[in-house]
Amino acid sequence: MSLRIVVCVKYVPDATGDRRFAEDLTTDRESVDGLLSELDEYAVEQALQIAEDADDAEITVLTVGPEDAKDALRKALSMGADKAVHVEDDDLHGTDVLGTSYVLAKAVEKTGYDLVVCGMASTDGTMGVLPAMLAERLGVPQVTLLSEVSVADGKVTGRRDGDTATEQLEAALPAVASVTDQSGEARYPSFKGIMAAKKKPVESLDLDDLDIEAEEVGLEGAWTAVDDAAERPARTAGTVVKDEGEGGKQLADYLAGQKFL
Amino acid sequence: MAEVLVYVDHVDGAVRKPTLELLTLARRVGEPVAVHLGPNAEGAAKTLGEYGAVRVLAADAPEFADYLVAPKVDALQAACESVRPAAVLVPSSAEGKEIAARLAIRAGSGIITDAVDLEAGDEGPVATQSVFAAAYTTKSRVTKGTPVITVKPNSAAPEAAPAAGAVEALAVSFSDGATGTRVTARTPRESTGRPELTEAAIVVSGGRGLNGAENFPLIEALADSLGAAVGASRAAVDAGWYPHSHQVGQTGKSVSPQLYIAAGISGAIQHRAGMQTSKTIVAINKDAEAPIFDLVDYGVVGDLFEVVPQLTEEVEARKG
Ligand SMILES: Cc1cc2nc3c(=O)[nH]c(=O)nc-3n(C[C@H](O)[C@H](O)[C@H](O)COP(=O)(O)OP(=O)(O)OC[C@H]3O[C@@H](n4cnc5c(N)ncnc54)[C@H](O)[C@@H]3O)c2cc1C
Ligand SMILES: Nc1ncnc2c1ncn2[C@@H]1O[C@H](COP(=O)(O)O)[C@@H](O)[C@H]1O
Repeated sequence: MSLRIVVCVKYVPDATGDRRFAEDLTTDRESVDGLLSELDEYAVEQALQIAEDADDAEITVLTVGPEDAKDALRKALSMGADKAVHVEDDDLHGTDVLGTSYVLAKAVEKTGYDLVVCGMASTDGTMGVLPAMLAERLGVPQVTLLSEVSVADGKVTGRRDGDTATEQLEAALPAVASVTDQSGEARYPSFKGIMAAKKKPVESLDLDDLDIEAEEVGLEGAWTAVDDAAERPARTAGTVVKDEGEGGKQLADYLAGQKFL
Repeated sequence: MAEVLVYVDHVDGAVRKPTLELLTLARRVGEPVAVHLGPNAEGAAKTLGEYGAVRVLAADAPEFADYLVAPKVDALQAACESVRPAAVLVPSSAEGKEIAARLAIRAGSGIITDAVDLEAGDEGPVATQSVFAAAYTTKSRVTKGTPVITVKPNSAAPEAAPAAGAVEALAVSFSDGATGTRVTARTPRESTGRPELTEAAIVVSGGRGLNGAENFPLIEALADSLGAAVGASRAAVDAGWYPHSHQVGQTGKSVSPQLYIAAGISGAIQHRAGMQTSKTIVAINKDAEAPIFDLVDYGVVGDLFEVVPQLTEEVEARKG
């Protein structure tokens, strides 16, 4: 029986470029450069490794996002995933994390899965809560924030480096896992991989396909409201001195002046 | 006055500082009721009461330690159903955020994560967040259900406000899913004897400029002279020079101390994401063009191997 892995990936504004809000105070995803969230590359990588260790596995990459989010799917396919599902619908604009987790849960169920693999957080929202929400909605164990993960004998195991302790976790499949950027460098797509990706199937789903009403998602359906978004005033330019042999002393003078000493 | 649930983050009953900050913020919105899961509720209740908890709902069961997250969600949900609070506040640790997230789904509530401030508003609590690597400050509200809000460490100064802090047993019946993820082993993190990175008033961080694990003692010595925590950039962590638990930035810890000192760190956007809200920022870097200098209140362009030891010596000397 084949191991069905679904990897959730997000298409995000490039963190090294300009990121901003649109007029309706949603994240501007239209006029900025986007890419596959770097943190989701780790999820794709771990899924590929799990699949390589399994007798028979199939990896589906899944995204909820605008038209351009196809780029993120293509990248994951060129890394080696087998097929892709793109949930795209104009009514999704402005959906918050509760809504996104709802849509993803429906899409994961429709696709069929034994293991869902997510990144640790998206690089734009940086909430890091979606994998737990997905587990809650699907009613399966969450095995999250893993720095090491493996699957064997119908179980997923891994290491979670927490705030106060390192834990070893174990859960029976089906389950939702998320992996950190400590889990191992993601591979680069090979030329062959890039060529092959062009022929791999990308299925498009809209809200109707998932039996979701427009009112349940989008800006109107959101469970939170952003009332104000202000650009943080640039930090006032500080003093920068060149060390001429007294740099450490000058710094100590500054810290003393600020009452840190 | 309406009650506000505060989820207690503790280690064997020792309440961690972010919880005291939450109690302080909770009082702006209502009367804090603490939820303590695990051992030593009586001991914790003294501290919780001192910082304003009118009641402490306590439950202890092996499930809390033996299984990941889900049993705690069951307990917090039970507390939520019995108290019907005006809001639920949870510390923004990795686990705290996951507990809050699952509670939000069960309670049919909106969630706001990583708030850095909280005020009462006409339509419920208003949370301030710092987004896009702190380039923007937003104000948000939960519009459906009981607001569930996670708050970052160092978002408020804990203020004592003595209250009863009476311990009451919280009845919890675990859901089928509670035992889904077993914790098969746990190794507590060894204490370094230094302040916790996220709680420290001063953080001294080293980056690739340190040029090797053998040079991190320079950073530690400066940190110790200031009573500071030690941080590191991802480049230093990836090189194996310092443990990952000390990484500052987007995929490490997010810190907001009174004073942040960066030595040999260029100031990449992902590093800034974790330290940009520090009150005072100081950098030592030999490259005058390094982006970190855009953020600093005071910067020294120079070789950290000269500047850092001199600074440490000065700090020690001035302590007399
Ligand atoms: C998804 C993602 C997540 C990330 N998360 C994080 C994160 O959480 N935290 C993080 O820090 N990074 C993170 N990064 C990495 C980040 O992009 C940078 O690569 C990293 O912060 C660089 O670390 P650095 O400043 O130590 O090294 P460099 O950028 O190499 O800078 C080293 C600096 O040291 C200076 N220097 C060298 N020698 C000396 C000397 N003798 N004296 C004084 N100065 C000297 C140099 O001038 C230079 O400016 C992440 C990246 C990605 C893609
Ligand atoms: N729109 C989305 N489409 C697919 N996966 C997503 C989406 N948003 C979040 N995820 C997944 O959930 C993880 C955590 O996201 P977040 O909770 O938003 O930080 C990401 O690393 C992705 O794996």
